[in-house]
Amino acid sequence: MSLLKVTDLVVSYGGIEALKGISFEVDQGKIVTLIGANGAGKSTTLRTISGLVAPKSGRIYYEGRDITDFGTQKIVATGIAMVPEGRRVFANLTVLENLRIGAYLRTDKEVIEEDINYVYNLFPRLKERSWQLAGTLSGGEQQMLAVGRAIMTRPKIIMMDEPSLGLAPLVVKDIFKIIQTLKSTGMTVLLIEQNANAALHACDYAYVMETGRITMSGTGEELLASEAIQEAYLGKTNKD
Amino acid sequence: MNQKKSKVPMIVTLFLIAAIYIAVFIAEQTLPSTSMLFTVLKKGAVYALVAVSMNLLNGFTGIFSLGQAGFMLVGAYVYGIFTIPVAQRAAVYQYFDGGIVQFTVPLVVAMILSGLAAAFFAFLIGLPVLRLKSDYLAIATLGFAEIIRAIFQWNGLGPVTNGSNMLRGFPNFNDFNITDGNGNVTVYLSTLIPFIIAGVCILLIVLLINSSYGRALKAIRDDEVAAEAMGINLAHHKRLAFCISSFFAGVGGAMLAMYQTTVQAKSFTSAMTYEILLIVVIGGIGSVTGSVFSSFLFVACSEWWLRFLDEKQLIGDFEVPLLRTGFRMVVFSVIIMIVVLFFRRGIMGDKELPDLLSRRAAKKGRAVK
Repeated sequence: MSLLKVTDLVVSYGGIEALKGISFEVDQGKIVTLIGANGAGKSTTLRTISGLVAPKSGRIYYEGRDITDFGTQKIVATGIAMVPEGRRVFANLTVLENLRIGAYLRTDKEVIEEDINYVYNLFPRLKERSWQLAGTLSGGEQQMLAVGRAIMTRPKIIMMDEPSLGLAPLVVKDIFKIIQTLKSTGMTVLLIEQNANAALHACDYAYVMETGRITMSGTGEELLASEAIQEAYLGKTNKD
Repeated sequence: MNQKKSKVPMIVTLFLIAAIYIAVFIAEQTLPSTSMLFTVLKKGAVYALVAVSMNLLNGFTGIFSLGQAGFMLVGAYVYGIFTIPVAQRAAVYQYFDGGIVQFTVPLVVAMILSGLAAAFFAFLIGLPVLRLKSDYLAIATLGFAEIIRAIFQWNGLGPVTNGSNMLRGFPNFNDFNITDGNGNVTVYLSTLIPFIIAGVCILLIVLLINSSYGRALKAIRDDEVAAEAMGINLAHHKRLAFCISSFFAGVGGAMLAMYQTTVQAKSFTSAMTYEILLIVVIGGIGSVTGSVFSSFLFVACSEWWLRFLDEKQLIGDFEVPLLRTGFRMVVFSVIIMIVVLFFRRGIMGDKELPDLLSRRAAKKGRAVK
């Protein structure tokens, strides 16, 4: 059974339908990506799953449970974490305080300390900068912190919104390494990307979104091989 | 979380604070009680508490509220209404047949009631108002403060609030002095007690700010969306911060009543809120130490050090030009402009006293948003 299942999700912002009925599934332990151009509805999808936006119709199931009307707090508590677009770390809090905010809903103090060490082992750079204000970190480090903060909620699935946005190509490589590391620890990742090439190489399964609909889906390799995808997203021109 | 931080600055800070309290106590026993110093210290303590409570909202939670004077008014009135001795009520409430409240409660209970009443008003006001953001929230809270002021002056509520007449006769700071049988003061406590009340309240606020709850408030200030995505309930936290801030503003109002010895609704104007806002800005938005420090500085300047500007001054036979009633405020405004120009983030920025004493924090600047 899939960990996360979305069925016929419709979301409208004041009469304009951002999502026109999309359905997809995310399997346990897999990296699943949604790719698509600006305004395709990728971010809206994530925001709806995490309860920040209420859908007009459609259902969201997590471990078979209907979580559509749960509200953000409960959704975070059940194990869905979000790494928001643009990283959005708390700039005037230290790295350590940022991580503790991630554990805000948790009460298991000792395990929290273990998890902080776990995050520090995963990203030694953060440990070095533990007392630095998050706003003074570099873009890549902030992304690490945003991921670390999400891990602190003890999620089963991490949803990442455009983690490569605004980062240098070398740093983007690091980010995708982070995603692979997460997968190797058994984490499920739902990834949204405009960088279709990198995302398709990293993912196990991919969905292509266009103006509020899912138009294609398949494994990373399948989509990379597809001509339509190559033309639309990977910049290959058809010269024949 | 503090394992890595050196404990030394913290200990030095505690010693400094203890030294200040001892100095206040000694000064009070030795200096004449009419000295201007004590007026400044008493009013400074009151303003320090209210400024810190405002900083909790504006500096730490990022809620720009201008309702402070309104909540102080509620606190001051509740304190007055419940502590005026029954024997004096006929004289105080002379137009309202002695009023309808015919009992008193102990002073500490009255102060807590003041806070609770202010917090209750904040809860009611917060329901609609906290949905607003930044400037709109400021305007709405300012409006509510004005409405509260009008309601408390309304004659229909006269039996309770004494209408637009003043409340007086309730215990004030001077009643804390210990006297012998002949009414001679043996131990002066009229400055130390307000210091202790304000100190305890500010300590509670500091503990709150440093708790995980305070961290959540700072997270909301930095980024509401990310805070919500971390599972922090925005509405709940904002409401609670608003109520707690108002609670302490209410207690501060009760202290102001004690300081002034009388209470009248018409003195709790928006100008009072601006004064407190000024103190918070000058001290540093997000610094408790800054708010406390600038409260005393502000009160000392406005009540004491600049007073000479309002009177004719003669140097030999030469009369210094420009000095006349009101000139003090001109100089005061210029000083404030200079502070704002050269200390953009206030005197303390967002640093606290222990930070100044440790080297690590000296390097820690506030990040640019």
